[in-house]
Amino acid sequence: MSHDHVISAKSLSRADIETVLDRAAEIDRTPPDRDRHADDLLALCFFEPSTRTHMSFETAIKRLGGDALDMGPVESSSATKGESLADTVRVVEGYADALVLRHPSEGAAQMASEFVDIPLINAGDGAGQHPTQTLLDLYTMREAAGSLSDLTVGIMGDLKYGRTVHSLAYALTKFDARQHFVSPESLSLPRSVRYDLHESGARLKEHTDLDAVIEELDVLYVTRIQRERFPDENEYRQIAGEYRIDAATLEDAREECVVMHPLPRVDEIAPDVDATQHAHYFEQAHNAVPVRMALLDLLLAEDDR
Amino acid sequence: MNEYDGSEDDADEGEGGEESAHELRISKIHNGTVIDHIAGGHAPDVLAILGIDSATDEVVSIGMNVPSDRLGHKDVVKIEGRELSQDEVEVISLVAPAASINIIREYDVIEKNRVERPSTVEGVLSCPNRNCITTEDEPVATRFEVLDDGVRCLYCGTIIRRRLTDHIDV
Ligand SMILES: [Zn+2]
Repeated sequence: MSHDHVISAKSLSRADIETVLDRAAEIDRTPPDRDRHADDLLALCFFEPSTRTHMSFETAIKRLGGDALDMGPVESSSATKGESLADTVRVVEGYADALVLRHPSEGAAQMASEFVDIPLINAGDGAGQHPTQTLLDLYTMREAAGSLSDLTVGIMGDLKYGRTVHSLAYALTKFDARQHFVSPESLSLPRSVRYDLHESGARLKEHTDLDAVIEELDVLYVTRIQRERFPDENEYRQIAGEYRIDAATLEDAREECVVMHPLPRVDEIAPDVDATQHAHYFEQAHNAVPVRMALLDLLLAEDDR
Repeated sequence: MNEYDGSEDDADEGEGGEESAHELRISKIHNGTVIDHIAGGHAPDVLAILGIDSATDEVVSIGMNVPSDRLGHKDVVKIEGRELSQDEVEVISLVAPAASINIIREYDVIEKNRVERPSTVEGVLSCPNRNCITTEDEPVATRFEVLDDGVRCLYCGTIIRRRLTDHIDV
């Protein structure tokens, strides 16, 4: 790994990503010794709740033999007394060997990383980046499709606010994937993201209808369209309804098409998809652990040198 | 020869002091900065970047739409008693890429620089994304990457394309 901090998928090179995925695959096959990182402590600073991300990081460090230090709920933290994030991370740096940060403001991880020397992992900053989600998404794709080269990926749902989607798109660009973005017009990619993708030479197309591309896809990545993005209930129902898939939708898909979703889902993937060979979203959720283990293993090993 | 009246034309840089008869005359300054070769009409943007408005008390002379060989029409801003910082000059380059910055002491030009478009600008601009960490009470200055046609926040990624001067942090 050439970076001590993991702030965004954009800042990871293709080689960095491959290093993490290769290590995750090794860990999946042969779990590392339980005392591999016996002396390492991972600080979990969650300024907004995210139970699963929290649990999977905690699981990952414990499976590596280390332990987690939890800041606890933000209501009981110094932040409520007005302490700056810059101060909080500088204090926590003294307790731990690495730090995981989840924060509601965009750019929080970048800023915090400028104040600490221990590796900092961004576990989500507002509508910004969530690189470890991207790593586990890529890992799932690679395991399911066999390779990340020459993929055609459809990404559907809320592309405007969905940070998962933006991080994923940056990463897929590094693997030169063909990307099809499917969304209602009001939830299409934000200008800054589209700009970046074009700048980095992404092969992307935007659509309002999944039918236009479903037959070509190796991967269909579905995200949730949230009620609060719409001024009224009827509009939401009507639009969200057009971006739901079920087993019948997938009859047009290639047999090997991999369906993914960052979970939790509400009803954007009907339960009848679960039994099809396309469903990979639970595997995807489980992959959070080996991928986060791999990342921590690499960052902490570098630290020990 | 060194006396500088701030309204030299493009062809005679270094010679200073010669004004053509039709050119607007504005007063010389004693100590301070002359920002010359601002594209016509952009003096207000430069003033906004420098935080100069009706509430500030600096002595400022402004020439607008002065005929210029190089720019057609140019604006000139002279500020008495203030030498600009590098951060300010860098942001000025974004709205006035052809500007020259002349530092004046005792009526003499002691330094004359063309602005250069920097790769990043620090401070001065504020991020328009209300959810950006730089809008909170944290000990960091804003930082923007300079793009061909705008700037991008290095923290949250927000791009400002038009109306840069709406985002001046003073
Ligand atoms: Zn910002």
